[in-house]
Amino acid sequence: MKIADTAQSEGPSVFAQAAELELRNVSKRYPGQREPAIGDLSLTVPAGEVCVLVGPSGSGKTTAMRLINRMIPITSGDILLGGRSVLERDPRQLRREIGYVIQQVGLFPHQTVGENIATVPRLLGWPKDRISARVRELLELIGLDPQEMTRRYPAQLPGGQRQRVGVARALAADPPLMLMDEPFGAIDPINRARLQDEFLRLQEMVKKTVVFVTHDIDEAIKMGDRIAILRDGGVLAQYDTPREILTHPADEFVAQFVGADRGLKRLALTKVAELKLAEPNGLRADLRADGRADGVRRVSAETSVRDALSLMLTEGGEALTVVDGDGRVEGLLTLGVIEQLLADEAAEPAGDAAEPQPEGPR
Amino acid sequence: MTFAALAAASGPVIPNFAAQSSSCEIHNRLFCAGWVSRNWGPVLWPALRQHIVLALVAVAIGFVIAMALALAAHRYGWLERPTTLITTILYTIPALALFELLAAPVGLNVFSAEIALVSYTLLILFRNILAGLRAVPAEVLDAAEGAGMSRTQTLLRVELPLALPAIVAGLRIAIVTIIALATIVYVVYDRGLGVPIHTALGEGPFKTELIVAGGLSILLALLADGLLVIAQRLLTPWARIRTS
Repeated sequence: MKIADTAQSEGPSVFAQAAELELRNVSKRYPGQREPAIGDLSLTVPAGEVCVLVGPSGSGKTTAMRLINRMIPITSGDILLGGRSVLERDPRQLRREIGYVIQQVGLFPHQTVGENIATVPRLLGWPKDRISARVRELLELIGLDPQEMTRRYPAQLPGGQRQRVGVARALAADPPLMLMDEPFGAIDPINRARLQDEFLRLQEMVKKTVVFVTHDIDEAIKMGDRIAILRDGGVLAQYDTPREILTHPADEFVAQFVGADRGLKRLALTKVAELKLAEPNGLRADLRADGRADGVRRVSAETSVRDALSLMLTEGGEALTVVDGDGRVEGLLTLGVIEQLLADEAAEPAGDAAEPQPEGPR
Repeated sequence: MTFAALAAASGPVIPNFAAQSSSCEIHNRLFCAGWVSRNWGPVLWPALRQHIVLALVAVAIGFVIAMALALAAHRYGWLERPTTLITTILYTIPALALFELLAAPVGLNVFSAEIALVSYTLLILFRNILAGLRAVPAEVLDAAEGAGMSRTQTLLRVELPLALPAIVAGLRIAIVTIIALATIVYVVYDRGLGVPIHTALGEGPFKTELIVAGGLSILLALLADGLLVIAQRLLTPWARIRTS
């Protein structure tokens, strides 16, 4: 068993469980079709990590996800959740232990927001007071007013809030695994970014094993600890960390899929603080606290290198002064520094970062 | 034989004409309140009560049958066409002809009456229940399945509650139709508001009985419809929010 913590949650305030997920030579073949929808797919998602399944339409990413909770029957191979085959489980019992979030949310329109969140705990037969305590806690977690939401119906909420409720409903019974099928695909770009950030913060707290399906490589890079890129026929093209996929795409298909701007995408993954910055040319750091003393714009060390580069290009400077949270100068960011980063990453042997990471969350 | 039927048999003269009739009745005015109050207890109230029972029993039985048919057709899609065909044929048979058809094998009794009335509810109720079940959004069903609901749980907790507005809409049409139709049940079974209406038609110029009995039938239909509207509002608070 590789469940990070097998103990059932004692009180409602615990998100105790995350389990390792392993797909072993999984294939799915529909009768009457020559090509399989999923062909011999093997991958392991360590407990508490987000695995993004990404690929063009027809790559079977949603199918692969729905095999896991047996919404689609598997043709051959095996899927293990916490070391135990899902095929030996009663499908309904299994699904109650797997959070399920879909693009159209699928909230029950005739139930209040609170009742919606209580769906799985009710199926599991939790006592009433435990359910209502859990619902209250989850509503607070997603930033909705518990008092109001036990009266409101889904139709009364804007789209972004409905999607939050969908996530809360999936988390209600503290499942060791969450399946999310393009959960933010129907949300406008501004709110999507907000929901993505929110989910990443939430994931920091709940540390679930997550299988996240999207067709958007940018979303995959942002959300995934690991990315599984599928090609036509459900064949795994590459399974790696976002950085590794951007630095060392396995083949032409992956390189095309991640896009010609993969260098820029890599920069988005790196914070300025991670770079070997140039010396601030003998200037005394304490005198340059405003960052403008020598005409150079300053930037926080927490900024992504991509945003810093963009700033450099639009502001017309050759360098940026990097400051830490307290405004102290850490060094200078120049184009040379960024080129060095890209060169260093490319020089790393492929697969280096793909070594199985220590168990558990990032 | 009811009092009214006896009266009808005795000829075109109004019962107790000589003994109690007012000048209103003698002059064949359109509406005579005195006649109504004298005949409420012996004629009108029993007919109204019988009418309510006839209609309620028909709609209740029809609802049970239509629900079973709709659930079957919801699960096995191929059942829809034959069921629609049969219930449509039943619905299109002229009511009087159906009563006559039933009278020979079944007899002049409550069974002929109810079989005919029930057969007119089936198409309306079947269509509406099935439409309601099918209108449940696919993503809602997907979410229910993904949450680990069984088929029965999905039906009871998700599909039927969401189909309720369509089901009630069907019930409203059915009950109004059956209350109107039940006025001709008298041809096989001498119960209901059809009996005083028929009597009145046979009595020549006197119109009060026709107006009152017919009016009661209309009021009853409106009342039943209104009660169902109120019931639906209480049962589906979410449906109003959705449209507002």
